[in-house]
Amino acid sequence: MTPPENSPDHLHAQAPAHPYIPNAVPAVRQAMLDAVGAAGVEDFYADIPEEIRLRRSLDLPAPLRSEAQLVRHMEQLLTRNTPATRTLSFLGGGCYQHHVPAVVDEVMGRSEFLTAYAGEPYEDHGRFQAMWEYQSLMAELLDVDVVNVPVYDGFQAAGTALRMAGRVTGLRRLLICGDVDPDKLSKIRDYVRPDHDVVLVPTDPATGGADVDAVRSALAEGDVAAVYAEAPSRLGLVDPALPELGELAHDQGALYVVGCNPISLGVLAPPSSYGADLTCGDIQPLGIRMSYGGGNAGFIGANDDLRLVSEYPTRLFGLVPTDVEGEYGFGDVAYDRTSFAQREEGKEWVGTAAALHGIGAGVYLSLMGPHGMREIGETILAHTAYAKQRLAAIPGVEIPYAEAVHFADFPVRFTGGRSTADIHADLRERGIFGGIETAADQALYCVTEVHTKADIDELAAALEEIVK
Amino acid sequence: MRIGLVVNPVAGLGGRVGLGGSDGTDVQRRAVELGAVPCAGSRSAAALAELACRTRDFELFTAAGAMGEESASAAGLSARVVYRPRPGDTGPRDTVEAVRALGAAVDLLLFAGGDGTARDVLDADAGTPVLGIPTGVKMHSAVFAVNPRAAGEIAAGWVLDPGRPEVRPAEVMDRDEAALREGRLSSRLYGWLSVPYVPVRVQQRKAGSTGAAPEAVGGIAAELASRAAPEDVLVLGPGTTTQAVAAALGAEIPLTGVTALVRADCGCGCADGCCSCRGLRPRAPDLAPAPPLHLNPQGHETALCGCVVAGRAVPRAPEGVPFGQPSSYRLLSSHLTSDQLLALATHHPLLLALSPIGGQGFLLGRGNQQISPEILRTLAPGKLLVLATEAKLAALHSRPLLIDTGDDDLDAELSGYVKVLTGRGRTALYRLSH
Amino acid sequence: MSAHPAAGPVAPEDARIADKPALRRFHQASWDEKLIFELGSPGERGVLVPEVDPEITEALGGTVGLPAGLCRQTPPALPEIGQQQVLRHYLRLSQETLGADLNVDVGQGTCTMKYSPKVNDRFVTDERIAGLHPLQDESTVQGALEILHRLEGLLKEVSGMDRVSLQPGAGSAAIYANVAMIRGYFADRGEAETRDEIITTIFSHPSNAACAKTAGFKVITLHPDADGYPDIEALRAAVGPRTAALLITNPEDTGIYNPRIAEFVEIVHAAGGLAAYDQANANGILGITRAREAGFDLCHFNLHKTFSTPHACGGPAAGACGVTEALAPYLPRPTVEYDAESGRYWLDDDRPHSVGKIRPHHGVVPNLVRAYAWIMSLGAEGLREVAETAVLNNNYLLHKVKQIRGVSVPYAAGRPRVEQVRYSWEQLGADTGIHSEQIGVRAADFGTHYWTSHHPYLVPEPMTLEPTESYSRADLDEYAAILAEVAREAYEDPETVRTAPHRSTIHRVRPEALDDPAVWSPSWRTYRRKVLGT
Repeated sequence: MTPPENSPDHLHAQAPAHPYIPNAVPAVRQAMLDAVGAAGVEDFYADIPEEIRLRRSLDLPAPLRSEAQLVRHMEQLLTRNTPATRTLSFLGGGCYQHHVPAVVDEVMGRSEFLTAYAGEPYEDHGRFQAMWEYQSLMAELLDVDVVNVPVYDGFQAAGTALRMAGRVTGLRRLLICGDVDPDKLSKIRDYVRPDHDVVLVPTDPATGGADVDAVRSALAEGDVAAVYAEAPSRLGLVDPALPELGELAHDQGALYVVGCNPISLGVLAPPSSYGADLTCGDIQPLGIRMSYGGGNAGFIGANDDLRLVSEYPTRLFGLVPTDVEGEYGFGDVAYDRTSFAQREEGKEWVGTAAALHGIGAGVYLSLMGPHGMREIGETILAHTAYAKQRLAAIPGVEIPYAEAVHFADFPVRFTGGRSTADIHADLRERGIFGGIETAADQALYCVTEVHTKADIDELAAALEEIVK
Repeated sequence: MRIGLVVNPVAGLGGRVGLGGSDGTDVQRRAVELGAVPCAGSRSAAALAELACRTRDFELFTAAGAMGEESASAAGLSARVVYRPRPGDTGPRDTVEAVRALGAAVDLLLFAGGDGTARDVLDADAGTPVLGIPTGVKMHSAVFAVNPRAAGEIAAGWVLDPGRPEVRPAEVMDRDEAALREGRLSSRLYGWLSVPYVPVRVQQRKAGSTGAAPEAVGGIAAELASRAAPEDVLVLGPGTTTQAVAAALGAEIPLTGVTALVRADCGCGCADGCCSCRGLRPRAPDLAPAPPLHLNPQGHETALCGCVVAGRAVPRAPEGVPFGQPSSYRLLSSHLTSDQLLALATHHPLLLALSPIGGQGFLLGRGNQQISPEILRTLAPGKLLVLATEAKLAALHSRPLLIDTGDDDLDAELSGYVKVLTGRGRTALYRLSH
Repeated sequence: MSAHPAAGPVAPEDARIADKPALRRFHQASWDEKLIFELGSPGERGVLVPEVDPEITEALGGTVGLPAGLCRQTPPALPEIGQQQVLRHYLRLSQETLGADLNVDVGQGTCTMKYSPKVNDRFVTDERIAGLHPLQDESTVQGALEILHRLEGLLKEVSGMDRVSLQPGAGSAAIYANVAMIRGYFADRGEAETRDEIITTIFSHPSNAACAKTAGFKVITLHPDADGYPDIEALRAAVGPRTAALLITNPEDTGIYNPRIAEFVEIVHAAGGLAAYDQANANGILGITRAREAGFDLCHFNLHKTFSTPHACGGPAAGACGVTEALAPYLPRPTVEYDAESGRYWLDDDRPHSVGKIRPHHGVVPNLVRAYAWIMSLGAEGLREVAETAVLNNNYLLHKVKQIRGVSVPYAAGRPRVEQVRYSWEQLGADTGIHSEQIGVRAADFGTHYWTSHHPYLVPEPMTLEPTESYSRADLDEYAAILAEVAREAYEDPETVRTAPHRSTIHRVRPEALDDPAVWSPSWRTYRRKVLGT
């Protein structure tokens, strides 16, 4: 029997309703069942046959129903993590430690943005405007007209950009020039497999840059949809051959697709300026936290060319008037994009991806402005060059292609006989996270604006002690 | 902007009293005896009211009395009367004459009635875009708005955005009265009228649900081409889908009748299209060459030869045509009769592609009776293809596709589930019944 | 003389504030905010960057020179704005956004807009998650790896599958990962060429067809039978030696549970194909029935739906793929493993049959942490209570909504729905000329939102509602009352509905320019060039 409401018995007779489930209150539940005319919730499961019903409880750990219990449990787990941001870390390679301005955190943490989803312009005008502003700010940084609402990550952006090039040209082969992250290459290969052959053109071992002659002959074989290169390369190298690759691609009717690190573009030329038809990459460096690799979002930039715009599989927000003068409205540009496209087939899917990271990157670019972007680029270039110089001076350390310009990432080779793994283990003892191990005697190191001269000197001093 | 209105005052009279139609004065008289109350006038007024609440920027032209004038005043609108029926009960001839009189004066003609009225409008052949206000009993035709208010809404869109709404041909269907007298329930495709095409603008979409537009036919054309052997003669049924698909394949074909296409290029890369490098290749050596058909103006009968490309690598497309685009086709012959189709089938492999009638689902036996049971029986397995956009299938609301070839055994044989080509590499499995 | 009357005693009835009206008098925030490009002035700065240490410049002998053609010539035309002005701009935009935290968000059917607990956000903004680099040494991320490993274990039990990958970035990416695994599985059996067809249903999420297509498969779509159930005869006609897999949602987006689901799976298995379960609609069946019992080889969950992580304006989200032992070798790499002997968690990247990387690194870790915390706060009984309450809420809302004039509930008459319902305003449309989309716009005037359906519309004038377990009875009553009021207006005062919105941030947009390449403006620079001519 249900005790009368408001009696002390009622308050203690059963476990309290879970805070996330207000209608778990038995009296409410019963009243709702009565309203519907159901004997119990089992009535609603009438279509699920007995053979596939789970007639036992799930075997899960006991719940931590109070917030305090949950926090305590999570604390026990989190305490076993040592964040790179709280040590001296030289890890980069596609996920970068940059300063995240407090305003970016504040905006990305706003309840409205964090929990909005698919509202219409009349409910979510602010979301539409923020996304359109991200597209616009990013377009200025990339020096292009059109930037998509973010896809999942830079891997996806590269895969999609290449498939777009394939659809525009109707051709099959994709030339990947130079060093590309093997994981990214694995994703690209998988993603383009139904329609394209990936042809890898290795770097010129003499320069670490693209092997231009090899690219030329691969292009001469024909049927090339796109030439893909990265600026900077996976090893951080700024390849002087980048403009020439674009010319070669265009001479053969291929598109030029360039993957880039957007935080470099205050100082490095935007790929569109040296011929890129499609520019792609990941916006994680623009104010998004690393989050153990959860901070990605991919962009694809292009000029306002109908052939290219038609092939975007993602949403593109556009600015339009409303019924009231001076009021901004937003909507989807060319929603029925296939009516402009050459080929309906091979369009990809779009779903929930990484919109909030786009908003965050928009806030970041608004805060940084043109001068901030130039300054951060200059600082990173200088820190990279200084780190290379300091490390190259250490006996037992070599910097491959040291004469080239590197941005943030740079390669290191250990020639003192000790393995990368051993050296990095010793660095950890000293509270330093070495770079990414790329071979038994090689690694990829990274510095950004957050490092100081003292940090780099500390790394050099430590390596000097342990590298042999 | 000038809008016209013609009301068939007796349309729908039979419906309320279970007569299943209102065509013919006997039926109408019987309906009134049974207590039927005309509703065409009030439904037309509702459409006009909807139009007027959205815009006043139009002039209304109509016919006198119950043929439109009364509906206009019921909606509080003044109208210029340009046609007066003869005294007495109005009939189909009045509709035809009113449509002709109004057609010359207006930009868009609204007509209120059912399938019978739509046929009268078709007969009038006024050439003006029209839109049906549904007031009849039978409304199988695709020329009607879903309800009177929707008709007003579409007309308002037309007024407010002149020239923008696309005009598309829509089917005029009606029951086959002759067949009905023989005790068979059957309907016929009578032709097409031009109606404004106003898709409901897509306002709501989940975060990023772009993809192929449900109306896109380019993918269907590509899929069809990929399923056609180079030597296949492509036989297309009538209708808007097949016409659009043919256009995507590079051939302009009429909306009506059965059409044959052949590959414009056999794929061997030869300069003159393909004829010179291909010999006549009858399907069986003992068959005589095909009898002359009414072929294309160049008289390229030899183009009907099978194109032998076995053993060749699939070649590059000619200059300017992106590789992977659907193969290009050209018109061989249109308005084929069933005899001509049979003759064609004797010497050439046919690939038959049909699209159901929108909203109603008839695939065979309505508007394409030229495709006779004999021809259907000559088709090799897999050589009958059904084409429809996903939107067209959705509009059937899970009702099956229908066939009525006149050959019950064949109907039964063909019934079951068919693969409907809905895009490149996309099919829907759909019920086909008789 | 005072402008105010002399103070005197106020009668209680004069101090009494009237009861709230039945429907709230909502108005969306409307700041009439400019575009970010119209703010600020040259020289203003939002944040400063560390300058290069003069000693570094000295050591380098100057600044770093870039190769020819690779030095940016003109700075990007970004705005220059002070910090507070940037903050204020974005806070205003956030206020003009109706997040799920603010409204009774039951209107976005299929998306499971449940409450995302605030405490879980605390864990992921913690530096010990937010500050982790994905390639840190395993010894320094044992807590993160343990969370991933434990979450896999929880989802294994919830689905009954043998292994779960947490790498996909969202639901569609998880479907894609499943399709990639299916392709890998048949490739290893030499059947990659012959099994090239994937079957799905029209009421499954369109991403099933789209992902299969993107991965190179041909797609066969099944339409429902007259009752709205997936057509088993159509499936029998569709399967064959070319069948690679069936991708199917259950319950489908209509809220109807397919009672013959196990038979569907058997038919596909008998033809040599695999069966993958799109569990986007799992919220009503947690602990009730599982992929395992129905015989599936693969399944996926959307962690941002069923497992509460926030939708974030359209991501980041997170997906999870569950597979049987036979498919486990094909999982994306790396997997997280536990070595009981050393008590250490480690990453297994040496998986030769793996489909490779579906995204960089280990998945959208913040959302994996949130999903883990959410499940831990509920436990087995809590998950079951989630499911049962979501279904009760849905059928309660169904009961209220179907009493509204002009609404119908197509298909499966009289049968219960699971966690959502696809309704139809067909009758209201015929009676009043008002479309479902217009009702949605008017409903926004009351501080809420609803969604129609995917295209093409099989149900005319559709509306899809999914109330989840998060909303109270009062919330549901309020939502139903809003719909009833808008329907009443449609019949009695259609002009108000037709001219909505009336209480939104903005007025009706003029969308024509969005489809015209000559003027469409996906960015500030295109707007300036094509529309303003500057």
